[in-house]
Amino acid sequence: MAAAPLIEIIKLSKVFSDDENRVVALNDITLTVKEKEVYGIVGMSGAGKSTLIRCINRLDTPNAGQVLYRGQDILRMNRRQLLATRRKMGMIFQQFNLLMQRTVGQNVRYPLEIAGVKHTKANARVKELLDIVGLSDKLNAYPAQLSGGQRQRVAIARALASNPEVLLCDEATSALDPMTTQSILELLQDINRRLGITIVLITHEMAVIRQICDRVAILDGGEVVEEGSVDEVFVHTKSEAGKRLFGVLPQEAQDDPGIPALRIVFDGAVAAKPIISRLSQETNVAVNILSANMNHLGGKVYGQMLIETPKDEQDKNAVVRFLTEQGLTVREVNT
Amino acid sequence: MSWEQLAPILLEGLWETLYMTVPSTLIAYLIGMPLGILLVTTATGGIRPMPRFNAVLGMAINFLRSVPFIILLAMLFPVTRAVMGRAIGTQAIIFPLTVSAFPYVARMVENSLVEVDRGVIEAAQSMGSTDWQIIRKVLLPEAFPSLLNGAAICMVTILGYTAMASTAGGGGLGALAITKGLNMRNFPLMYSASLLLVALVQIMTYFGNRISRKSDHRKK
Repeated sequence: MAAAPLIEIIKLSKVFSDDENRVVALNDITLTVKEKEVYGIVGMSGAGKSTLIRCINRLDTPNAGQVLYRGQDILRMNRRQLLATRRKMGMIFQQFNLLMQRTVGQNVRYPLEIAGVKHTKANARVKELLDIVGLSDKLNAYPAQLSGGQRQRVAIARALASNPEVLLCDEATSALDPMTTQSILELLQDINRRLGITIVLITHEMAVIRQICDRVAILDGGEVVEEGSVDEVFVHTKSEAGKRLFGVLPQEAQDDPGIPALRIVFDGAVAAKPIISRLSQETNVAVNILSANMNHLGGKVYGQMLIETPKDEQDKNAVVRFLTEQGLTVREVNT
Repeated sequence: MSWEQLAPILLEGLWETLYMTVPSTLIAYLIGMPLGILLVTTATGGIRPMPRFNAVLGMAINFLRSVPFIILLAMLFPVTRAVMGRAIGTQAIIFPLTVSAFPYVARMVENSLVEVDRGVIEAAQSMGSTDWQIIRKVLLPEAFPSLLNGAAICMVTILGYTAMASTAGGGGLGALAITKGLNMRNFPLMYSASLLLVALVQIMTYFGNRISRKSDHRKK
């Protein structure tokens, strides 16, 4: 990707301290978000990811470092410049943060109001935005009348109102059920592709990263422990934190079966179900499991499984196709 | 005392009570509301933290609030005379009522505004809102139902204070009940004036709650 850098975070550090405690939330973070990409920041809770994304639009002020937006340091901007830059960045939150006393339409119109957009023009834009997120019929509803997924859609429409260049997503799907998460992720992907809006998202779910991100940074203890394209990081996880997030124990990640095998990565995208027996039934291939290391977390499966590669090329393709269709990642080992 | 004799006295008392209560509440809000907003916005974690200013303001408000109304009334006599032209009487008492109520109003407003979800304010900040826009378009509208409830409570409190108006030559239902009712052993007057006060409080509370609930869109 030859895209220009949009956001450059350079040597960023943030320490929370009071009289007794000193907590290093971010330690010397450096990373670059390119234009029009979907950049994911993943980490366990307490890894500092929320603080990091909030430093991008200066909702939190770091102690040291730079946040460059198109080459301009956000941390050194005066108030007017900061407000102008924030209007180019949309942000959505885990708890949606809608104005509860305003209707859906009035919520989406808020950014237009504060920017002084004319009434009729603003109303037309609100309709257009609600159309994008599929909530045209909820114009006059109040947020309290909507489901969580619908509320996040309103928040997305609101974040898009000012025609931002980047959308910051702070655990945007963490309060939603798996089905709703899917539809919100699809919407975000659609927004990225159709409107060309750069997306920076933080999450603790590897499945979210794998589904829509181009590149990912793994955050642990306030530091970036791994960064790269999602495929790269996903298949060749190097860091302890990364392996933990994938639900893989360190020693098992290196295991080498010594024969051609398929490594199946369960990253929580697939609900716990007897996938291997269905694999055998549907492809008519007898599957030989070499090793498996799986964790069940909240009805989802995390971990890896090694199966012997079927000798027959057609069988192998059928198996890979079936697993891929199920939303799993399959990699060949020892080909 | 017959009802025909009681009614005009009570009516006049009612009018005087409202004449003291309503303007005092309005002026107290005119002063207390901006102070309440300042208390919230300049607090640590507010949209414009100014801890030292906030501490001084908080202390000043607490100081004013801690002076009992009856003492404040007496202490303010010279000031009241300077501002209102005279120190005693129904009209003059609006001044000490206002002085005593505005710190209370400031705290009520503060209480309502701190209830506004921090996340919603942050969302507004992330969209590039100025502080003034956040106050006008987020804090006040989001807290509106609670502010309205607070206003009803403030009004009832001020109404209660007007009963002490009799000590400064003020009129109203409270003064009627004490001076012409209790002191002159006119019990029908005392009870009917008191009942009217109770009814007034009930009406204010009822409508305050009702409008507050109607204007709240958080639950549906």
